[in-house]
Amino acid sequence: MKYAFFPGCVSRGGCPELYPSAIAVAEKLGIELEEMVGASCTGAGVLQESNPFLGDCLNARTFAMAEKMDLPIMTICSTCQGVMSQAHKKLEDLQYRAQVNEVLAEEGLEYTGSVVVKHLLWILVEDIGIDALRSMVQQPLTGFRVAPFYGCYIIRPTGVLGFDEHPEREKSLELIIEALGAEAIDFPGKSRCCGFPILTINERNSVAMVAKHTLDAKDHGADAMVTPCPLCHLNLDGYQPKAASQVQRQIDMPIIHLPQLVGMALGIPSVGLRLGKHIISTYDVLMKLGIRV
Amino acid sequence: MDVTIEVKRFNPEESESSSYNQNYSLDVPEHFTVLDGLIKVREEVDESLALRCSCRAAICGSCAMRVNGHAALACKTKLASVVDENGSVQVEPAGNLPVVKDLVVDMNPFWDRVRAVEPWLQPTGPEPVAEYLVPNEDMQHLTGVMGCIMCGACVSDCTVLEVDKNFLGPAALAKAYRFVGDPRDGTDKERLGKYNEYGGIWDCTRCYECVQACPKGVAPMERIMVLRERAMDVGYQNTIGARHTKAFEKLVAHSGWLDELRLVPMTVGFFNIPKLLGMLPVAIRAGYRRKVPPLFHHSIPGVENVRRIYRKVTSMQKNEK
Repeated sequence: MKYAFFPGCVSRGGCPELYPSAIAVAEKLGIELEEMVGASCTGAGVLQESNPFLGDCLNARTFAMAEKMDLPIMTICSTCQGVMSQAHKKLEDLQYRAQVNEVLAEEGLEYTGSVVVKHLLWILVEDIGIDALRSMVQQPLTGFRVAPFYGCYIIRPTGVLGFDEHPEREKSLELIIEALGAEAIDFPGKSRCCGFPILTINERNSVAMVAKHTLDAKDHGADAMVTPCPLCHLNLDGYQPKAASQVQRQIDMPIIHLPQLVGMALGIPSVGLRLGKHIISTYDVLMKLGIRV
Repeated sequence: MDVTIEVKRFNPEESESSSYNQNYSLDVPEHFTVLDGLIKVREEVDESLALRCSCRAAICGSCAMRVNGHAALACKTKLASVVDENGSVQVEPAGNLPVVKDLVVDMNPFWDRVRAVEPWLQPTGPEPVAEYLVPNEDMQHLTGVMGCIMCGACVSDCTVLEVDKNFLGPAALAKAYRFVGDPRDGTDKERLGKYNEYGGIWDCTRCYECVQACPKGVAPMERIMVLRERAMDVGYQNTIGARHTKAFEKLVAHSGWLDELRLVPMTVGFFNIPKLLGMLPVAIRAGYRRKVPPLFHHSIPGVENVRRIYRKVTSMQKNEK
């Protein structure tokens, strides 16, 4: 099982704990990765606000590079996944694709429309399989109550994300949480927005969203939240202290990246998963699970 | 088909004003919609159940409500497609609007927001002798947004309205696009100036809830994104939102990937000391945990190709303009 690895910007930037934990988990699962070192940022939907055509050209360039490698792309960020899925859909239009390919031609690249882009979340469920994942668990996360938090771009709009062919994608996080031996907490916030895209524009609203969802998870009895999106992580983890002071309530909800959760159950030491790099301490979680710090 | 409709009910006339759930078990044909089920409840089981409906054909927009937590038109949603393995489905009133009774919400805040964007044509210049003539191709992009039936499904699921009632919201801003995009309207710049203010286009969090919820394919969020682009095009470039997207574009075009440390000051302004100081506690916490981007940002290998694409695309766009 081999993929062209697209790590995205934030896993090497504001969430430096994500990149090494994803690599460690892939190795443990027998996933071979060839990193796309020359691939650019997807634009994250932000660049697309001012220049959607440029965004499509950059993503088509990444797709063409993956086609040259003859590999499907693996992402580890809901936003990268969503933006790439949207570009993928737009580039199904042959006339539009020809326009984009004209821009790529000077580099000797051409996108033919055959690329597959999959988040690790979907790879775990569809390519590795829930039963196989369950059989690889070395340290079941028994008694651990985890609230899933997807991140908008990996669940909406369903039309571009392949939910028709893969209806299990709607419950993929829950399936994984339970395969690892933990309990998935159902709460209304799991498919809502973390507020990160408006953090610099309207911090009050953005932080209010953090407060709403983390408290919602807490009130439903969660020990921690897990997310496949590093941008959600930045907001839910980094701005949680501010959210707590906004609502005048203690929150202390650890936010765990998907590869970190999988890694814990696969027996990868906590230091390899960089669980000490979070703003909201994961210490109590590790103690509860009997994992050495 | 045996189904159980779990309805979130609320009766303002009862002394206890909080809402409660009530289950109705029915035997219904396979083709029944959620609305058919609710009407059957009202007619045969419990006449006190309040709901609003009219056309039953996804045209009037009266029966928007939350089905299993997400907004939908009850008349367009088949019961068989939403019941769980036990045959149950949860039905609640639309979100972000005050509940009048049971599944009936007060649409006044919805209409207030729509009115706030001045949803009428404002042509300038001399009136034509006969009617305004517009080429078909200039109106085609508006057909999608003209399909809006004002049901409020997008408003129900808007994540920003959940935390800030000052936001104009997806339905009103989609309507705003309908007039900014109309070649007969002559007040684009004034309109965009207004939508550019607090509570307007830049407050949308791009969560796609409204795109997913809309039963008519209006895709309000995508209209808001075009409004942002148009606002910048006519010169409204000095908002945090506009600076954010422009800075993002520049940084990616320069090094191929995002330089997060430079993005923040470029967005809020290098000399916006109060704002930057406000971010200090977060930066200190992150620094303490070494949860920080690299201090020395490097370019991706082959960045010259990204820069060349940027130059080519922007010069093509300049020539088009």
